[in-house]
Amino acid sequence: MPVTVEIPKEKWTGKVREVTLGATADEGGTRQRKVTVGGEGTLPFLDFEGDIPNPPAVAFEVQDRYPEDWSALLKEVWGDVLHDPGAWAKKAAECGADIIALKLQSAHPEGDNTDAAHAAATVKAVLSATGLPLIVYGPGQAEKDNEVLVAVAEAAKGERLALGNCEDKNYRTIVAAALAHDHLVIAKTPIDVNLAKQLNILINDMRLDLDRILMDPTTGALGYGLEYVYSVMERLRLAALTGDSMTQQPMICTVGEEAWRTKESKVNEGVPAAWGNWANRSINWEVITASTLLESGADIIVLRHPESAKLVKKTIANLVAH
Amino acid sequence: MGLSGLQIYKLLPRTNCKECGYPTCLAFAMKLAAKQAELSACPHVSEESKAALAAASAPPIRLVTVGSGDKKVEVGNETVLFRHEKTFYHQPGLFVRLKDTLPLVEFEAAVEQIRDYSVERVGIPLWVDGIAIENASGDEANFATHVAAARAKTEQSLVLIASAPGSMAAALEKTDESAPLVYAATVDNWKEMAELAAKHKAPLAIRVDDDLAALAELTGQVKDAGVEDIVLDPGIRDLHGSLVTLTQLRRLALKSNFRSLGYPIVTFPGEGVDSVEEETIQAAQHIAKYAGIIILDHFSPATIYPLLALRQNIYTDPQKPIQVSPGLYEISNPKPDSPLLVTTNFSLTYFSVAGEIEGSGRPTWLLIVDAEGMSVLTAWAAGKFDAEKIAKSVQQFSVTDKISHQKIVIPGLVSTILGELEEELPGWDIRVGPREAMDIPAYLKTWN
Repeated sequence: MPVTVEIPKEKWTGKVREVTLGATADEGGTRQRKVTVGGEGTLPFLDFEGDIPNPPAVAFEVQDRYPEDWSALLKEVWGDVLHDPGAWAKKAAECGADIIALKLQSAHPEGDNTDAAHAAATVKAVLSATGLPLIVYGPGQAEKDNEVLVAVAEAAKGERLALGNCEDKNYRTIVAAALAHDHLVIAKTPIDVNLAKQLNILINDMRLDLDRILMDPTTGALGYGLEYVYSVMERLRLAALTGDSMTQQPMICTVGEEAWRTKESKVNEGVPAAWGNWANRSINWEVITASTLLESGADIIVLRHPESAKLVKKTIANLVAH
Repeated sequence: MGLSGLQIYKLLPRTNCKECGYPTCLAFAMKLAAKQAELSACPHVSEESKAALAAASAPPIRLVTVGSGDKKVEVGNETVLFRHEKTFYHQPGLFVRLKDTLPLVEFEAAVEQIRDYSVERVGIPLWVDGIAIENASGDEANFATHVAAARAKTEQSLVLIASAPGSMAAALEKTDESAPLVYAATVDNWKEMAELAAKHKAPLAIRVDDDLAALAELTGQVKDAGVEDIVLDPGIRDLHGSLVTLTQLRRLALKSNFRSLGYPIVTFPGEGVDSVEEETIQAAQHIAKYAGIIILDHFSPATIYPLLALRQNIYTDPQKPIQVSPGLYEISNPKPDSPLLVTTNFSLTYFSVAGEIEGSGRPTWLLIVDAEGMSVLTAWAAGKFDAEKIAKSVQQFSVTDKISHQKIVIPGLVSTILGELEEELPGWDIRVGPREAMDIPAYLKTWN
C-alpha cells in the first residue's frame, strides 16, 4: 500500500525585522553598498515554510591599532595592513567582506587612550577607504565608549553606522547619538532571552525605531559556552516567529573575537598532539562556531581570518541555495 | 506519544482489586502515566490492553544499538526538536569510512590510528566511535578480509557498506555477531539485506533517495520482514537539503508520530562537497540537526577535535551544566603562603583555570564557589558569583585554617565587585587577576 507523508509545517505568526546598514549618497551617506539583514519568516534556512528575503552577512573585524595580542596566524595572514585600519578595511573588502566591523581599540584608557577626535578621524579614514557599511565598536569601557562613539556618530552623520555596544548599564548616550545622527545601534546582553528583550524595549523607549537595532546575544566559542548562546538564539528566534515583537531584531555574533581567543586557536605550544594541525584547527574552530550559530539564527557573523570568511560565505550560499 | 492517565485507565480491568498495590485502578493508571509504576504489577490486564499500552509507550524515535560490548553506540530515542526544550539524549556516533581498495597494511594502520585517537575536554575523554568499511572493490573475499582485519584490530563499532548481498553475507560472517550496521537495504536488495540483518541480529540502514514516502514504505516492508533496528538514509547530500530533510524527519517522528520514519538517521557529510573543510561544516550541522550516525570520509585530528567538542556542547543537558564540586582545591601542593585564586564551579571555567595554574608550575590554592555551574560573567550577571557568595565560600571551606595570608585574587571579568568584597572580607587584600585563564601563568609569576 503506498504511503503518504505529510510534512508538518509551522504557521509562524511573526517575523524578524529588516535592518539596513549603510546609506548611499542619495540617502545622505557615502556608501557604495548597503546591506539589509533580517526579515526571516521561518527558522534558519527552512524556506519550505516561510520567506528568507536576505541571506546572513559576513563582517570582518578591523582594529585601529596593531593587534599585538592576536594569534600569530592572524598577524601573518594580514601582514602590514594591520598597522593601518583603512588599508586593512580595503583588504577585508577584497576578501569578500559584506560589512566592516571597526573596533576603536586604541581609545582604551588602559591602552593608548586616544581621544574622541582621533576616533572620528579613524572612522572618516575607513569610510573613505571602503564603500562598505560600517559597524563601529568603542574600546569596551563604558565612559570611553560614550566619548568616542558620540564623536564618531557626529563625524559620520547619515552613514547609518551600527554603533556598539549598548549594554543595560550604558546605552543612553549611544542611543541618543544614533538618534541625532541617523545611525543604528547594537544591543548586547549576556546570553539571556529576557535581558535581550528588555534592552530592546529600553532602547525603543528612547524613540529609536526598531528597524535601527541589532542584537548581540553574546557569543561563546566552540567548546567555550557555544551551547548556551546556541540555545538562547534558538529561543529568541522562536519567540520572534511566534510574534513576540521585542525579540524580532536581527542577531549579530562576534565569532572571530571569541574563537581566536580560545587556547585552541591562540597558541600551539604545549598543546596535545590530538588537537591536530594548528592552522587547520584554528580555522575549523572559527568556521564551526560560525556555521553552528548561523543555523541557530545569526544574521551577521563577525570574523577575523580571511580563509574562515571564504568558507563561511560558501556555507551561507549552500544553505540558501537549492 | 505517551497516553494520559485517563486513557490508560480505560485499558485497565477497572475492578479496583488493589493487587497492584494501589487503592484504585485510576490511581494505578495515574502512576503509569507518570512512569512511576510498571504495567506488570497488574495481574489481570488483558493481552490486547498490554499490546496497546506497549505500542503507545514506544519511543517516537527508536533507540538503535550499533556494535556490542563497552564500545557500542546507542542512537535515537530523542524527544525534542530543540535542546532547550529538555535535552538531546544520545549523541550521534562518529565513524570514519575506509575502503577495501586500501592495501591491507595501510588499512590496518588507518584502523589503529582511528582506534587510538582520544582527546580530553573538561576532564572528559572523547573519541571516534568506529570504522565504516566500504566494499569499493566489489570483491566479496577482499571485503571479508578487510572487515575481519578491522574486527581483529578494534572493538569499536563497525558499519559495513556494500550493495551486493553476497559481499555483505561474507563480511557479516567475520564480525563475531557484534551487530555492525548493515548499509544499506534499497528497493533492489532489501529482502536479502533484511534476511542477513535478521540472521546476525544487526541493525539495518535503509536508503531511498529524495523520497520520504518511498522510504517509509520500504521501512514498513523491512519491519514486516522481522528487522526492528532500522537506521534511515534519506539520500540527501547537500547542506540545505540535509537541514530541511533531517528537520522534517525529526518533526514527522515527534509531532506526527509517524512510526515508519521514527528511526535514527545516518549521514555522509563528505559526499557531495568540495573539501574536507566543507565536510566538517556539514558534519557539524548533522551533529546539531539531527543525525544519529555520521560517517566521515576524512580523519584528521584538526577536524575531528572540533567536531567532538561540538558534540559535547550540543549534547550537554541544558538543565545540568557540567559542574565541579565547590571547595578549596590544592594545585601542585600549595603551602600556607601560596597564592589564592577564586572562580566558579562551571566545569569549563574550573578546567581552564586549573589547567593554566598547573601549567604555570606555581603551587596555588583555588577556591571554587558554587555558582550553579555558570561561567564567571554569566554567574556574576545572574547574582550567583558576587561578593557575598565569595565571602561565604571563604568561610564555608575554612580557607583561613589552611592559608597564612589574607590575599585573594578575583577574575578580571568581575573587577567591579572589588569594593563590595573588601566590605565582605574586612582586612583582606582583594586583587584583580587576569580576564582570561591563559594569562594566569604570567600573573602568578608576579604574585607576592
